[in-house]
Amino acid sequence: MPVGLTILLLFQLIGEILAYATHGAVPGPVIGMALIFLCLFLFKGQDRLKAFETHTLSASRLLLANLGVLFVPAGVGIVQHLDMVADRGPQLIATILLSTLATLLVTVSTFLLTKRLMGARKDG
Amino acid sequence: MADGFTRGLWVYLAASPLLWLTVTLMVWLLALRIAALSPRNPLLNPVLLSVAILVALLLASGIRYDSYFAGAQFIHFLLGPATVALGIPLYEKLALVKANLVPMLVALVAGCLTAVGSTLLLCHVFGFPPVITASLAPKSTTAAVAMAISAGLHGDPALTAAVVILTGITGAIIVTPLMNALRIRDYSARGFAVGLASHGIGTARAYAVDPIAGLFSGLAMGLNAILTALVVHLFF
Repeated sequence: MPVGLTILLLFQLIGEILAYATHGAVPGPVIGMALIFLCLFLFKGQDRLKAFETHTLSASRLLLANLGVLFVPAGVGIVQHLDMVADRGPQLIATILLSTLATLLVTVSTFLLTKRLMGARKDG
Repeated sequence: MADGFTRGLWVYLAASPLLWLTVTLMVWLLALRIAALSPRNPLLNPVLLSVAILVALLLASGIRYDSYFAGAQFIHFLLGPATVALGIPLYEKLALVKANLVPMLVALVAGCLTAVGSTLLLCHVFGFPPVITASLAPKSTTAAVAMAISAGLHGDPALTAAVVILTGITGAIIVTPLMNALRIRDYSARGFAVGLASHGIGTARAYAVDPIAGLFSGLAMGLNAILTALVVHLFF
């Protein structure tokens, strides 16, 4: 676990350095995610990578199984905006609800439609 | 005498991050218990319950958010390594991801444009001032990215953080009943949609439902963060 967490932090650190160097177009942790994937992918099947894989796997399982709690401190930040929520509550909630609904529907239907079209082409 | 002790203890505890770190974790465990009472009820979302309980505690005790966050930041900090950790299931399930690559990319572009476009349209309909519109535009992306985008558009990053969390909770609550009502059983598609619309909170929900949904949700979250940062300028 400590090894795995250290590896994850190291990749985040490299990601943050690259994000700083590229003026933050892509956030550091997202770059770190891409880099750790690339590392695993490029050195696939090498013996030395086995330990790396096992350690990062156990740390990532622990973090991803408890992902929800990590958003709680930021979520409590809404306490600073209660006046704005009270002022424009119904419109704000309508905006969030309708656009989230539209995004879910468009994303899931384009995903399934493209998959079906590709399947049809493969079969035909 | 007892009053003096209480006040002294309060001052003593308030100076260290221990109190609110511990309270946040205890509230989370309580929220998980409550959510487990009715696992089929998406309204009993543990993130929503925890935030509601903690907001009530802060308001009742008059504690400022800054003092709360001084303790809770240790949990918040782990969002970074957790985002990096999303790269590992991606590697483990690479064959499945490759098989769905084209649908993913098409859905990414369509979903990203819908997320930003529908938000701007609704803001226009409701007559929101430009600072609120700019703060809401990136609300489907993960908090850190959304705040950076909002700042770039002259929005209010603190407001963005709050709206991002609300969007995450909304998607996490509606995704399961919505997809079940539409009889969609493809967990890669369901996961991809909730990760794109509702970032990490959607991904937390997806992992709770199905590991494949979680994987695609994490991917959608990462990809949408990148694409939104790149395309949001087209709308402004």
